[in-house]
Amino acid sequence: MNPFAKFVDELQEVSLLLWGVVSGLFRPHRYPGEIIRQMDLIGVGSLPIVLLTGFFTGGVLVLQTFPTLQYYGIHNESGRSVATSLVRELGPVLTALMVSGRIGSAISAELGSMVVSQQIDAMRALGSDPLKKLVTPRLIALVIMLPLLTVAADVFGIIGGGTVASYIFDQDVNVFLTSVRHGVTTEDVLGGIIKPVFFGLIIGGIACHKGLSTTGGTVGVGRSTINAVVLSSIWVIIFDFFLAKAIQSVFGVGVI
Amino acid sequence: MVSSADIDILDNLEEHLEPTDLEDAVDRPERTLSAIEFRDVHLAFDDKVVLDGVSFTVRRGETKLILGRSGGGKSTTIRLILGLLKPDSGRILIDGEDITDYTEEEMMDVRRKIGMVFQEGALFDSLSVYENVAYRLREQGVIDEEEVEQEVRRMLRFVDLEEAIDKMPDELSGGMRRRVGIARALVGDPEIVLFDEPTAGLDPPTARTICQLAIKLRDLQDVSSIFVTHEMNNLKFLSSEYATVDRDGQVIYEKEGEKLCLINTEVLMFRDGKIIFSGSDERLRASDDEYIQTFIHGHKP
Ligand SMILES: Nc1ncnc2c1ncn2[C@@H]1O[C@H](COP(=O)(O)OP(=O)(O)O)[C@@H](O)[C@H]1O
Ligand SMILES: [Mg+2]
Repeated sequence: MNPFAKFVDELQEVSLLLWGVVSGLFRPHRYPGEIIRQMDLIGVGSLPIVLLTGFFTGGVLVLQTFPTLQYYGIHNESGRSVATSLVRELGPVLTALMVSGRIGSAISAELGSMVVSQQIDAMRALGSDPLKKLVTPRLIALVIMLPLLTVAADVFGIIGGGTVASYIFDQDVNVFLTSVRHGVTTEDVLGGIIKPVFFGLIIGGIACHKGLSTTGGTVGVGRSTINAVVLSSIWVIIFDFFLAKAIQSVFGVGVI
Repeated sequence: MVSSADIDILDNLEEHLEPTDLEDAVDRPERTLSAIEFRDVHLAFDDKVVLDGVSFTVRRGETKLILGRSGGGKSTTIRLILGLLKPDSGRILIDGEDITDYTEEEMMDVRRKIGMVFQEGALFDSLSVYENVAYRLREQGVIDEEEVEQEVRRMLRFVDLEEAIDKMPDELSGGMRRRVGIARALVGDPEIVLFDEPTAGLDPPTARTICQLAIKLRDLQDVSSIFVTHEMNNLKFLSSEYATVDRDGQVIYEKEGEKLCLINTEVLMFRDGKIIFSGSDERLRASDDEYIQTFIHGHKP
């Protein structure tokens, strides 16, 4: 198959998978326990790395931009610049990348090993639908937890930025926070929450698809795990651009 | 469809069964219906032809032994019966019902009638033995824990593994995993049981135990089954011994003798996606086909 046909084929399969999940949502027979378990695994489990990422990203943003802002005499606005870039872009994207590395790989490895050890077949033979039993809970958990993780990353990023501003550049914390409040608009926050919902679908859709289509034994599991992480990371970044554009056209272009 | 052999076995059982059971087994008209039927089934993965016009019938209460080299399409045949795969052409009937075009949802009802024992057991790693065996009951929405436990214990007793009930799959030996897999497959008393190389990689005594379970299902529970294997020992054992219940209610295994010849066990041999032999094990041994003789003896005749 040529690369383009392969791409279209994969795109179709991921879409079908997501469609299967969405259409299944309105029928009974769900697995609430499994959703909670996955939310714990995905949300609580990813919290430490996401918070660390947020904190240091916020910190380094201030570290790098403060001198420049100072040069133009607008260093009192450093909070604003950090908050805007975090809430609009870095929070959602970095969180999604971290989660795709940690959860996308785990999902695809778990489902992949279930395929090669025939557990998926066994599941179907025993009367359950892997889509409902495995894919749906993971996707729901991702779509709910990713926005929450993103907000947590944003908050910790601002704390990180504030810490650097006050300890390294001796800025008054209140000045920093005031500038944060002025910088962040409702649109930013909304956009910053809409994005991770889509990212959750991308990460979950690709990871589940790659896992379930694993072939070729344990080597195949490794291959699908790599593919899941690489593809979902790339698609998060590509999609981010188009989402940003869409959000701008809906809310109007924001000004810092 | 009922032969003298069947009746002989039934005679042995007579004292332990209700009379209605007997009459039932002899007179039931639907016994003439086949449990599984393949009609000219073709299947290819990309360019690789895996099944090339496969037709066979498994009668009610019959055990079909499928022999063939690995890669010969045996597992694929079994996956087709469960509807895990769909054929490119041809028809597949379960209990006289054409399932070829069934959707996944429609297949769920068919799968309730079928127990499947996978090649390596395919136990759910994350669930205990108890939960593995209880899986089907939970999926069917049985919530009464007492009922679940009773059924799980009954099945584990059947495979003689009740003591492993609280273990996790990775604590079990290969033979135990296979037996848990059988227990899990038998929940809900399926009429059809499919064994995919259940003895591969096991030591001979353990393999024998697994075969005895299959014999027990065939002779005492009237289950139709397919038993995929490439070990001649299994073939010999399954087609020459039968299970019966002695006066104390114990299950015993006897060799077929002068007075009795098992006719409820037949052999199919696959080669390159085609069935090259179908018939009794005696006829298989007597075959003058070079491929078959090589397969039986492990070297050219
Ligand atoms: N999902 C699949 N995709 C591609 N090829 C497959 C698939 N499943 C099985 N095959 C091929 O079909 C052939 C038959 O496989 P199988 O039925 O598992 O053989 P066996 O008789 O050993 O059980 C093998 O050559 C295998 O490589
Ligand atoms: Mg096989």
